Amino acid sequence: MNETMMIAGMALVTFSMRYVMFAMAGRIRFPLWFKQALGYVPPVVLSAIIAPLILMPEGYLDTSLANPYFWAALVASGVGFWRQHLLTTIVVGLLSFVLIKWMVS
Amino acid sequence: MTNVSPQISVTSPSSSTEFLQGAKATIPMIIGAIPFGIIFGTLAESSGLSIWGAMAMSLCVYAGSSQFIALGLLGMGVGPVIIIATTFVVNLRHLLYATALVDKVSHLSHGWRALLAFGLTDESFAVVNSRYLDRTDTTRAHWFFLGSIVAMYSNWQLCTWLGIGLGELFPDMTNWGLDFAMSVTFLGIVIPYLRNKPMWLAVISAATFAIILRDLPHQLGLVIAALSGICIGYAAQQIELRIKLAKVVSETTNTKSTKTTNAKARSTKS
Repeated sequence: MNETMMIAGMALVTFSMRYVMFAMAGRIRFPLWFKQALGYVPPVVLSAIIAPLILMPEGYLDTSLANPYFWAALVASGVGFWRQHLLTTIVVGLLSFVLIKWMVS
Repeated sequence: MTNVSPQISVTSPSSSTEFLQGAKATIPMIIGAIPFGIIFGTLAESSGLSIWGAMAMSLCVYAGSSQFIALGLLGMGVGPVIIIATTFVVNLRHLLYATALVDKVSHLSHGWRALLAFGLTDESFAVVNSRYLDRTDTTRAHWFFLGSIVAMYSNWQLCTWLGIGLGELFPDMTNWGLDFAMSVTFLGIVIPYLRNKPMWLAVISAATFAIILRDLPHQLGLVIAALSGICIGYAAQQIELRIKLAKVVSETTNTKSTKTTNAKARSTKS
């Protein structure tokens, strides 16, 4: 019961967030400053989500060799800037993560 | 189909072409989501979520990062109200994704808009937004959008289901570090944005704040970090704009003054 309520609530909240703007399409106009600020939203939110996952996987800041998340992210970033190709970045990142994790353990 | 006005199909691709292109453009995102979806499935049971709960969450909520965060909170024994509130905060960014795309869907029916809104994930936003930036022809672009959603959604269900099965076979799978897949996908989405100084500044400050404020309750650190990053980026953009403007103004006045002095010199010579 608790579980059903939780999932229903999460679904409702998530869908509303995605739908409210589409539902009112054309009836809201935003000022220029708002649109410009909006351009920063995706990269800023995504990097705020992943920074702690990559740099503090055990709950503390860890840039030592024992942190495969950090080193694999570094490799993936390098490849990402060099090749500018999403699939390559993801695949190389995942492979280097597995490799580094295996070397460390 | 082919013998009906081929000229039109040249200028704007058919619905099915758009649909397939949308699905195809989403493949890199799917690669990243596979391990991520699987780990969600495997983690579910150890976090206290039933198999049906895990499947229902992927089917109805369909938001990878908040599903993941919900599992973490469940494991800590947090109640449903707090979990729903956290989902709200974490998914606020989707409101901003929708705002960025609203002009492109405002001509569609409510049914279409609701459907596209349901599937507005980070991944589909990234793919669809770059479609709108790259190509001005948007007559059937909503089919591209739908193609991206259908591909991403089916994959997410399949991987959740696979993860649930694998989690029962290999109980220690949760320690394999497959959660890195989400990080590397998001990293791959962020990189193309990093083309100017204000964006760099915004991203670096958001990441720094997220790390410093990590231990604040209910993902508050994430929200503060994101808002600070946006403000800093926007402020830097305005400052950069002012500096450029000042340069242009001083350059034009300089050339004007040299022109007038040259003219004066010429007139005194003659």
